[in-house]
Amino acid sequence: MKQFFVFVRKEFYHVFRDKRTLFILFGMPVVQVLLFGFALTNEVKDSPVIVVDNAKDEASQAIIGKMYASHYFDIEKAPLSHNEILENFRDGKIKAAIIFPANFNADLSHTNKAQIQVITDASDPNTATTVLNYATSVIKSYQEELAQNTRIPYRISTEVRNIFNPQLKSEHNFVPGVMAMVLMLICVMMTAISIVREKEFGTMEILLVSPFKPILVVFAKLFPYLTLSMVNLVTILLMSVFVLGLPIKGSILLLVLLSMLFMVCCLSLGLLISNIAKSQQVAMLISLVGMLMPTMIFSGFMFPIENMPTLLQVISNIVPSKWYYTIVKFVMIKGLGFSSIWKEALILAGMTCVLFFVALKKFKIRLE
Amino acid sequence: MKEIVIQTEKLSKIFGDFHAVDGISFEVYKGEIFGFLGANGAGKTTAMRMLCGLSHPTSGKAMVAGFDVFKQTEKIKKNIGYMSQKFSLYDDLTILENLELFGGIYGMSRKEIREKSQSLIEKLGLENESKKLVGSLPLGWKQKLAFSVSIFHEPKIVFLDEPTGGVDPVTRRQFWDLIYDAAHRGITVFVTTHYMDEAEYCNRISMMVDGRIEALGSPSELKAQFHTDNMDEVFYQLARAAKRSDS
Repeated sequence: MKQFFVFVRKEFYHVFRDKRTLFILFGMPVVQVLLFGFALTNEVKDSPVIVVDNAKDEASQAIIGKMYASHYFDIEKAPLSHNEILENFRDGKIKAAIIFPANFNADLSHTNKAQIQVITDASDPNTATTVLNYATSVIKSYQEELAQNTRIPYRISTEVRNIFNPQLKSEHNFVPGVMAMVLMLICVMMTAISIVREKEFGTMEILLVSPFKPILVVFAKLFPYLTLSMVNLVTILLMSVFVLGLPIKGSILLLVLLSMLFMVCCLSLGLLISNIAKSQQVAMLISLVGMLMPTMIFSGFMFPIENMPTLLQVISNIVPSKWYYTIVKFVMIKGLGFSSIWKEALILAGMTCVLFFVALKKFKIRLE
Repeated sequence: MKEIVIQTEKLSKIFGDFHAVDGISFEVYKGEIFGFLGANGAGKTTAMRMLCGLSHPTSGKAMVAGFDVFKQTEKIKKNIGYMSQKFSLYDDLTILENLELFGGIYGMSRKEIREKSQSLIEKLGLENESKKLVGSLPLGWKQKLAFSVSIFHEPKIVFLDEPTGGVDPVTRRQFWDLIYDAAHRGITVFVTTHYMDEAEYCNRISMMVDGRIEALGSPSELKAQFHTDNMDEVFYQLARAAKRSDS
């Protein structure tokens, strides 16, 4: 046991003496949270919008007022014709046009139904969808206000519901994604590199000739990176709560425990890579291309899996990050308990066990 | 009666149909400096790795420090030291930390490590460097230090795989002083080398050609056997017959 701790201490020396790597390790989650939170956001602010108010009544004024109040639109009111609106779209001057029909309020109060036309510039589908969603959410909130005053249900058409994320805050989706990415990167890449480095420098040979058990080498390697990952996990969670204002809705304990499971899974992957890779560069490359890319593509964090061809959907199931991402999303954002995620947790645990034992078995005791 | 610490009998290592080591038999005595010579690809490193328990022999018998290389590699590992041709200390650890690590791995007590480190650092004259990172030391010092680490736990046998590669002649001479010192303390030294002047420093040497030991004896015996007055010529005569070169 004493041998083991001597070795673990040495691993920590390696980590702390390599200032550049250390900086990257601790800086990466901070930078990623900030980048995804503020720079790479899908939020569209102050989109230029033309409002054609043919009604000019109480209801239309109220809705327009609400739109002004939100920071999503930069509204210009103009009584334009259909063709004039099209021209504005063509020139790229506006992202959307919102048209109230004449008798809007009258329709609403007499028939309880009314329509608003929202035209978006779908040449940029992402922005178009987002603007449309903002518009509908503003309309919906007006509708809810009306409903409070009377029992009669008013209906204004186009209903898009944004459950769990009524303000369409984009941070909500990326925090679990960043967690999966950062943990993946640190655990897989750092473990693989640190073992391959020992092979490259010839120190692995010395360790294998010594009575120190190879399996202890493995465990001693995993220790520091598990610790680092925990620090990063805490950093991300703290930033998410205090910088992005995104609370952790579910159980923190559950989140941390399952994150640790994911870390062990990634460490095993790193161990496996270290068996294949002959040099540190190769180890890094395999980690980046073989692990980080699938995490970005198949976890569902950047691209919705449901929209992928069936084959890719099937492939996505073997990516551990996908399951971890789902777990974090459910626990952290939706606030669900273990009963809702046990299936994902079980799959992740199963993957971890298999990977860990294969990695240990493959870890070469003798040199070829 | 000399005490035998390494004994092999028809020890072989075969990869597919390639006989890397082809039935070698020899004995090494306690406290001896045994030179293990041969051209590149002759099978020296493979043979040495089998003796260290790093590689499993295909056939034959071998006892190292009284233990069987087939069954008792763990016990062998406790009783040997090893230094490879690559410099093999941790560059990002200080001299003292390296000593603590390797002492710890071999199960030495903290007190023992402290005392031995102290005397070792004094002996090597590294008092001012003991807290510096090993990476900042010149190669010659690193090499000497690596050897000192390999015998830090007082093994019965130390295996040195081309330990003086890339070192200047003065440092090599100092390095061999350390080897003599270890041999005097009763540590058996098993060393491979390319330098024929170093071969002269050994008590006995074996010459490996194409996986077989073609000559074995003291430097003077070998010179007499091959009717020459220098080891270069002995090596040349043997290596010329080799069929395989760099693998």
